[in-house]
Amino acid sequence: MAISFEIPENVKQQQDMVKMVAEHIMRPISRELDENEHARPLPFVENMWPFMRDMQKRNLEKLDAGDGRKRREGPGVANLRLMMMIEMLSWGDAGIYLCLPGGALGGAAIEAVGTPEQKKKYLGRFAEGDQAAWGAMAMTEPGAGSDTSSIQTTAVFDEAAQQWVINGEKIFCTNGKLALDESNGLVVVWATIDREAGRAGMRPFIVEAGTPGVKVTKTEIKHGIRASDTAAIVFENARIPADAILGSPEVQRGEGSGGFKGAMATFDATRPLVAASALGIGRASLEFLIEKLKENGVEIPYGAPYHQLSAIQRDVIEMEAELRATYLLTLRAISMLDHGQHNSLEASMAKAKAGKVVTRIGQKAVALLGAAGYSREWLLEKWMRDAKINDLYEGTGQINTLIVARRVLGYSSRELS
Amino acid sequence: MISFTPTEEQQQLVEVIRRYAVSDVQPVAHEADEHERVPGDVVRTGWEIGLVPTAIPEAMGGLGEMSAITNVLAAEEFAYGDLATALQVLAPALFAYPLVLYGTEAQKQLYLPQFLDERPAHFSAALVEPGVFFDPHDLKTTARVEGGKILINGVKSAVPLAAVANAMLVYARDDGGKAAAYIVEADAHGVEIGAREKLLGVRALPTHRVTFKDAAVDLDCKLGGETGADVQALLNRSWTALAALGVGVARYAFEYARDYAKQRVQFGVPIAQKQAIAFMLAEMAIEVDAARLMVWEAAWKLDRGEDATREAYLARQYSDKAAMFVTDAAVQVLGGYGFIREYPVERLLRNARGLATFDGLAII
Repeated sequence: MAISFEIPENVKQQQDMVKMVAEHIMRPISRELDENEHARPLPFVENMWPFMRDMQKRNLEKLDAGDGRKRREGPGVANLRLMMMIEMLSWGDAGIYLCLPGGALGGAAIEAVGTPEQKKKYLGRFAEGDQAAWGAMAMTEPGAGSDTSSIQTTAVFDEAAQQWVINGEKIFCTNGKLALDESNGLVVVWATIDREAGRAGMRPFIVEAGTPGVKVTKTEIKHGIRASDTAAIVFENARIPADAILGSPEVQRGEGSGGFKGAMATFDATRPLVAASALGIGRASLEFLIEKLKENGVEIPYGAPYHQLSAIQRDVIEMEAELRATYLLTLRAISMLDHGQHNSLEASMAKAKAGKVVTRIGQKAVALLGAAGYSREWLLEKWMRDAKINDLYEGTGQINTLIVARRVLGYSSRELS
Repeated sequence: MISFTPTEEQQQLVEVIRRYAVSDVQPVAHEADEHERVPGDVVRTGWEIGLVPTAIPEAMGGLGEMSAITNVLAAEEFAYGDLATALQVLAPALFAYPLVLYGTEAQKQLYLPQFLDERPAHFSAALVEPGVFFDPHDLKTTARVEGGKILINGVKSAVPLAAVANAMLVYARDDGGKAAAYIVEADAHGVEIGAREKLLGVRALPTHRVTFKDAAVDLDCKLGGETGADVQALLNRSWTALAALGVGVARYAFEYARDYAKQRVQFGVPIAQKQAIAFMLAEMAIEVDAARLMVWEAAWKLDRGEDATREAYLARQYSDKAAMFVTDAAVQVLGGYGFIREYPVERLLRNARGLATFDGLAII
């Protein structure tokens, strides 16, 4: 091994293809979808579905071919590909990107801890057909945000019927409506089988579209990423099969690395991807800012001594350095995943940094372009609104900072709460 | 292929320098700062690690492995020990590396074997000029050809080890107004070494103002001969080096503050268990890593022979800010003790500030 920042050629090529989608399919409908919050980005979905479907299909075929977890020789680039794709799609439009058909976080959870049977049974819908399908993850509740141990949604096993019965309310479920009402999708729902047990009682369950007793009660009206569907879901005696509890028997008993902790570890994989999305928005804003400044006679003189820089030039250079640092932190967390290394610390570092940096870049870029920046004629103000979500979901900036703090200090969650 | 893992040789080198930093340098850094002098044996031990000879071409007896990545890894570790000591140990590289990169065959033959000695070679470089608003792209020092000689005129400041250097690389504008570097022997006529400068930080490193009054050197003393040297590329190396040194300083400050916070008990618990402190430490850790990655990317570009102006510049800006943030936060974590000179963090804060003002440290 040697330190290298070389992006492999085939990943770059994919990047060029995704850029076409971002430029020609996403950007032209960006404003329209922002203004009409609950409209769907149909051209994007239609274009991306075959691609996402076939990718899922290949994954399942690998599973069929033998041990799906068998490691290939040397490090892969699967996560790098994903990072680059998400960065570019979010450069196109972060709200529309979130409408990407496929299993998303729900699918990722099934991939991470599901049994081979569960993978076949539930992921097939993301691998075939002409109709797009979505997966989603339902974790947050009105009373349980960062503190997932206080989840109130219950799952009770009905011995007679051999079914799990789910009751409770979930909110802030990305793609919840697309998954349950608008496609043959599914939602991975976190519920407790023992309220007294706190985290140890938490289990993930797979709830399919069309399950009686499951109702999407509203979709949120938001500050940004308005094209994305953010649903509230109520479960009233929703009955699901006995084998719809996600994971192996050990996971189901809450034991071993596959338990709640193991499932939470999927965040180690998804947090850098949130950072990647943030990077795309940040880059869109910064590129636009630099282009407008140039049109107005302000160039960025890389290499000039600090005292010769104007305040605007200093701001832009600082924004660019911060964005690059964020990119590198993200790349490191992603690369560790591809190398099969544990990256919990690095993932949270990237996510905490990304949320803060792109939020600031968005807000600063609008300010620097004055009234024009504030106008809805440009997408810049929208990107500022879109950026903020990255400091909130998949763990707020504070939660990710807390995780970093625990890791660097060697403290448990009890020692540092 | 993306990789954040140094080669095995690089990891071994880093390990050796880290041991030196922890056992030889950190324990004497306070005394060195107070007495404004790094103990000679500490400098010698650092030199004996043999970093600079690895970059000297094989033809001259070195290992011929000039690598910016290796050098930034090394610079961070040296600075993790102590910035003044790091600069003293690495000062010969200020002269050697530009020669490795741009020197003519004759220049290399004449000077580079001197860097293979077990004892530290005494060489330096002079880029910075006194006063505010220094601009490396607009040097006031000039070098004009006259009567078969090159005459150098101007004033330089912050020249490390100028009083003991056998020769230094002096950056000046040539007749065409282009920046170039000149090899100037210490005993050349017209070279005046001024008094030692008194600085805010890196107090153990002797730096001097040097005045050139029609200092005459031979025509073949221009680095790289007729073609000259790529001074912008050397500046890029300097910025990347400064950034790497900043990472080392910041890392020591972070680690010291982290360990302190874990054993300092107030309100019945270690202060590290308070979010106000823990969050500062988390951000410090993030900034150290972020700055390091900026440095690595710039060094990687340099090693590929590509123009790294933008990466080096951004790395320098970033690392400078990060080092200030981290060292200041370290003082804050220590509270009142942070202000007491017996604790290292106030020194680290003073040293970190220097990284924004130095330049011309092409030691990678």
